[in-house]
Amino acid sequence: MGMARFLASRLLKGVVVLFAIAVLNFFLIRAAPGDPAAVMAGEAGAADAQFLQQLREQFGLDRSIPYQLGVYLKGYATLDLGYSYRQQRSVAAVVGERLPATLLLTGAAFIISLALGSLLGILAAARAGRWSDSLITTAALVFYATPLFWIALMSQIVFALKLGWVPNVGYETIGAHYTGLARALDIASHLVLPALTLGLFFTALYARMMRASMLEIAGADFIKTARAKGLRPSVITRRHIARNAILPIVTLAGLQAGQLVGGAVLTETVFAWPGIGRLMFEALVQRDYAVLLGVFFVCSAMVVLFNIVTDLVYRVADPRIEAA
Amino acid sequence: MGDTGTFLMQLWKKTASLALALALLGSASALAQTPKKGGVAQVIVTPEPPMLMQGLNQTGPTNMIAGNIYESMLRFDDKLQPMPSLAKSWKVSEDSKVFTFTLQDEVKWHDGKPFSADDVVFTLDKFLREVHPRWRPIVNNQVEKIEKTDDKTVVITMKQPFGPLLFAMEVASAPIIPKHLYEGTDYKNNPNNNTPIGTGPFKFKEWKKGSYIQLVRNPDYYLKDKPALDEVYYPFIPDAAARAVAYETGKVDVLTGGAVDIFDVPRLAKLPNTCMTTKGWEMFAPHAWITPNVRNGILGSKEFRQAMMYAIDRDFGKDVVWNGFGKIPTGPISSKTKFYSDNVKKYSYDPKKAKELVKASGYKGETIKFLGLPYGETWTRWAEAIKQNFADVGINMEIVTTDVPGWVQKTSNWDFDLTFNFLYQLGDPAIGVSRSYVSGNIAKGNPFGNVGGYSNPEADKLFADAAVAPTPEKRQELYTKVQQVLAEDLPVLWLLELEYPTIYRCNIKNLVTTGIGVNDGFRDAWKE
Repeated sequence: MGMARFLASRLLKGVVVLFAIAVLNFFLIRAAPGDPAAVMAGEAGAADAQFLQQLREQFGLDRSIPYQLGVYLKGYATLDLGYSYRQQRSVAAVVGERLPATLLLTGAAFIISLALGSLLGILAAARAGRWSDSLITTAALVFYATPLFWIALMSQIVFALKLGWVPNVGYETIGAHYTGLARALDIASHLVLPALTLGLFFTALYARMMRASMLEIAGADFIKTARAKGLRPSVITRRHIARNAILPIVTLAGLQAGQLVGGAVLTETVFAWPGIGRLMFEALVQRDYAVLLGVFFVCSAMVVLFNIVTDLVYRVADPRIEAA
Repeated sequence: MGDTGTFLMQLWKKTASLALALALLGSASALAQTPKKGGVAQVIVTPEPPMLMQGLNQTGPTNMIAGNIYESMLRFDDKLQPMPSLAKSWKVSEDSKVFTFTLQDEVKWHDGKPFSADDVVFTLDKFLREVHPRWRPIVNNQVEKIEKTDDKTVVITMKQPFGPLLFAMEVASAPIIPKHLYEGTDYKNNPNNNTPIGTGPFKFKEWKKGSYIQLVRNPDYYLKDKPALDEVYYPFIPDAAARAVAYETGKVDVLTGGAVDIFDVPRLAKLPNTCMTTKGWEMFAPHAWITPNVRNGILGSKEFRQAMMYAIDRDFGKDVVWNGFGKIPTGPISSKTKFYSDNVKKYSYDPKKAKELVKASGYKGETIKFLGLPYGETWTRWAEAIKQNFADVGINMEIVTTDVPGWVQKTSNWDFDLTFNFLYQLGDPAIGVSRSYVSGNIAKGNPFGNVGGYSNPEADKLFADAAVAPTPEKRQELYTKVQQVLAEDLPVLWLLELEYPTIYRCNIKNLVTTGIGVNDGFRDAWKE
C-alpha cells in the first residue's frame, strides 16, 4: 500500500473513531448523578428552585437531550469545542491555557523515561544474570509496582521538605515575577519532582520491556550468524539486537505519546501542576460537561494521531512491515 | 540533690524568668506596634473558586477571596455586633421597619468611577433580587421599598418589623456591585464577571487558572491608612497533604479553615512562627447534623429518632474525629448565633436508653442507608464511628458513598434515609436556621431546604412570628420555644458546632478581626 493511500485510510478511520467517541462521551458523562447546576448550588450552600432553574437555563440543561447532542456535534464538526458557563470562557481557551504546562510535564517525563528506560534495559540485557542486571530489574519492579501518589508525596517530603532541594508544588514561584532565564530555571526546578515521579513508572516499564525484547532477539539465529562472522559484540548489540528489539518500545512509546495531552491526573493533582489532567479531574467533579467533553475530545484526537504516527515509525524502523 | 542539680535548678529558674520577661515584653511591644506598610501574603483557599463575582456566586472559596474585593453596608465583629463598612452609620426605627444607611464619603469603584446610593439601590432592589438565592426571599417577602433620599443615603422600608435585615447586610449576602457596569446587561454573562470591580481594599489583578489569583492593594481605598499589604496571592493546591508541605516549606503564609485535614492541625500548629485561631467563623457558625428522611418508614418515628440521638457518642466525634475542635450543640441554633437557648431537652450518650427506645419504636432490623458527605476523610471517619454506635444498639446502617454532585442530587431529590449536612447560620435564625425546618421549604431541587420533610405547624408559626417580632426580647421568647419543640421532635440529629482552625504565620497581624475572619480580613492585616 502506498504511503498516501495508507495515510488517507488511517485518517478516515480516525475520524469515524473520533465521532463514535464523541457521541459515547456525551452520554457517558450524563449517566453520572448530578449536573453543573447541582454542583454550583452545592458549593454555594444556598439555593432555591428559581436559582437552580436559572443555572440550568444558562447551561442549556433545560433543553432536550437530542437538542443538546445536536448543538454539541454541530459545534465539534466546525472544531468549536463549546463554552464553559462555569468558567465564563470558551472551552478552547480553557484547554489551550492548560496545554503548555501539560506538554512540558508529560514531554519531560516521556523523554526521561524513554531514554533512561531503554538504556537501562539494554544494560540489563547485556549483563544478564549479573548483579547490575538484578539491581536494574529489581528497581524497575519496585517503581513499576509502587503507587504513584505515594512516590509523589514521599518525594515532596524528602526532596522539598527535608532536603529543601526543590519546590514541592506549583508551576513557578508565585509572586517572584521572574523573567527570561531566571523564569525558565524557576519552572525547571518546579518540574523536577513531577517529571521524575511520572517518568519513573514508564522508565521501569521501558527497562523491563527492552531487557526482555533484547534477550529474545539475542537468541535468534541471525545473531548467532553475526557472531560466527566475527562481528564485535558492541556492533551486534547496537546494530542487530537493539534495532530489532526496539519495535515493542515504539509501540509503548506510541501509547505513551498518545496520552501526553491527557496529562497525568494524579501527578498534576498532587503537585498542583496546572495542566490538562487536573483540569479534567476538576471538570469531572464540577460536572462541567463542556470542558470535560472538550478535554476528552482533544485527548482522543491525540491518541488517534499518535497511533497513526506509530504505524509510520514502524514502517521506518522495520522495512518488512512496509513490504507486507 | 547535688551541686549540679542545684545549679541546673537555678539555671532553669533564671531561664524561665528571662523567657517570661521576654514574652511580656514581646506582648507589650505587639500592643504598641503600628501597622507596617507593604508585604505579600500567600493564602491557601481550596478548591479554586468558579468565579469571583460575589453577587452571582457564594461558594466558600469565592467568598474568601471576593470578600476583599467587594464590600457591603456592614461588617460584623466576633460578637456579631455591626460595624461600619460602606455605610458609615445606620439607624433603625423604633418599630424595626425603617432602616436608614448613610454612606461613606469618597468611595470609588476600582475602575475609578464614584460610588453612590444609586449603586446600593440597584444592587439590592434589582441585581440581587434577580440572582441571589438568600437575598431574594428577604427582598420579596419583607421589603416594601428601597430608595435613596440623597446620594449618600439609602432607606429600606419593610412591610413589617424585620430585625434580621442588618445581618443580611454582610458581604456574602449583599455585596454591592457597580450599577454602571451591570445595569441593563445579561448579569450572568457580563464580561466584567471575570474581572471583578468592587470598592474593597484590594483590586483584582490576575487569575492564572489552575495556579493562583492575585489581588493588589487599592491605592484609592477610602480609608487612607488601609490596606497595609501590597499583594495577596491565593495559590491553588488540590491535595491536602501537599498543602501542608507547602506551609512547612514556607511557600504559603495562611492555611484557611478546612485547607488541611483536621488531623494535621495540631502538628502544624506547633511549627515555629505559627499561630492558630478558631475565631472568624462566628457569622457562619457552621452547624453539622444528620438529616433523617422522615418520609421513610421507621425514620418517621420520634422514638426512633430519639433512640439514634442517644446512641451517637457525640463527644467521641468531637474529640477523636474532629481532634477536639467544635462544641456539642443543644439544638437547631448554634451557641454563636443570636437567640440561642440551652433551655431544651438534652441528649447525652446513653446506649441503654437508646436500646429501649429502639424497641419501643417497633424497629424490625431493616437496613438504613446513610448517604455520606463527600467532603473528605474526616466525614468518612465520622460516618464509620456512627455506624458502630448504631450497631451497638441494634440499628443496621449501611454507608452509601458518592461524590459532591451525586450528594447534591440525591439530597435534593430526597433519595436517602439518613445523610450528613452542615449549614451556615449567618447570624440570625431567620436567615440561616429556619430554612431547614419550616414546611414551606419542603421542595425538591434544593439541597439546603427542609430535605428531611419534617412538618410541624407549631414550629412553622413560631419561626414565622419570631422573624418579625417587634423586639429582641419577644424574638428570644419565640426562638427559645421553637428550640424546645425541635429538641423534642428531632427533625435532625445535631452533632457538632463545627470549628475551622485558621493557621498562619505569627508575623501576619490582625488577620482575623471580624465574624467572617479571612473573608474580609486583609483590610486590616499587616505583616511584621
